[in-house]
Amino acid sequence: MQFVNVAAVEGKINPLIPHTAELIVGAIAFTLLFLTLRKFVTPMFEKAFTERTNAIQGGIERAEKAQLEAQRALAQYTEQLSKAQSEAQSLREEARVQGASIIEDLRAKAQEEAARITATAHASIEAERQAAITSLRSEVGALAVELASKIVGEALDDHARQSRVVDRFLEDFENSK
Amino acid sequence: MRVQLLSEAQGEGFVPPSSGDFELPPIFGENALTTKPIFLLFLSVILISAFFILASRKAAVVPSKLQFAGESVYGFVRNGLARDVIGHEFLRFVPYLFTLFTFILVNNVFGIVPLLQFPTMSRISFPYILALSVYLVFHYVGIRKQGAFKYFKEIMFMPGVPKAAYILITPLEILTFFVVRPLTLALRLFANMFAGHLLLLVFILGGEHLLQGVIGLKLISPFAFGIGIVLTFFEFMVQCLQAYIFTLLAALYIAGALADEH
Repeated sequence: MQFVNVAAVEGKINPLIPHTAELIVGAIAFTLLFLTLRKFVTPMFEKAFTERTNAIQGGIERAEKAQLEAQRALAQYTEQLSKAQSEAQSLREEARVQGASIIEDLRAKAQEEAARITATAHASIEAERQAAITSLRSEVGALAVELASKIVGEALDDHARQSRVVDRFLEDFENSK
Repeated sequence: MRVQLLSEAQGEGFVPPSSGDFELPPIFGENALTTKPIFLLFLSVILISAFFILASRKAAVVPSKLQFAGESVYGFVRNGLARDVIGHEFLRFVPYLFTLFTFILVNNVFGIVPLLQFPTMSRISFPYILALSVYLVFHYVGIRKQGAFKYFKEIMFMPGVPKAAYILITPLEILTFFVVRPLTLALRLFANMFAGHLLLLVFILGGEHLLQGVIGLKLISPFAFGIGIVLTFFEFMVQCLQAYIFTLLAALYIAGALADEH
């Protein structure tokens, strides 16, 4: 009974025979989905993929550029540093030389000044000595004459004779000294 | 539905599931366009469109979870299938292959989704239509790429083969390219879904039937349900695999048509 029933149904239904309505609907559904996905979905995903690739590549490029720049800056700084060091070195050297010359100059100037002061002192001493000698000579002369005249009287009034006598006296005095 | 009718008519006798179980009556009246498979088909179109439109709408460089999920599926078809199989011209076939894969996958998985539980592709009309589209696409691509004459000549007289061998090879090649390829493509998908659904029906309806029997049979029924559950997982694997295989073969046929030599 059951067998007959199933056989009857089986005979009517062959699962390999398509239904026209399903064929049409299937084609419509698939086309609809295809058009929707192609229009709205795949371009957006492709866009995201492209942007992501660009972002990653751009990032790498930016990083490389930054690294190059950093290396260049480092080289520049190193160069500047060494330049500055050598400059400082030369400045120090120059300063040392200059300092030495300044000291030398000062010393020379001081010596010169000392010499000048010494000379001035000598000169003034000499002048004072001369002045003293002169004044002494005249005073001593006058005193001697006065003394002599007192001793020998009025004989030596004449001035010329006076001074001649005094000079001779002083010369003798100096020579004896 | 038929099972119920027959069971009522015959009392206790178990009616094994058959191809009749795939002939579902219209949901609304007599309209042949309101059957469950057709409803599922459009549901799949709506689900796939909605999911991927939402996932791809922003197309952000740093994806959200939803976009990442959508991109994973898209990337799988785009890179794993289209690019690796077709090569440098793959990009213009991606929308087609992507549609094929998602359409078949979702309709297959309907077979184990609670409440829906019917693999749409177990209705032969749909695999036929999909195989027909692959058939048209790969022949069209081949003719556009190489010219009709050269394309058919290379199919019929494969270069680099001894002349005598053409007696054997030419009929085989013609059969392969124009009959076997589209037919196997459709039948493989259909038969897997058909058989899988039938298998689930056997164990689940069988378990249900055993439950109505005497006490001894009632004790056996959990095993039938258990096997039904294990087979559900197995079916999920088969459903994914079949969607993949269908798309892979479509990509391979397109790649073959694009290549200068077969």
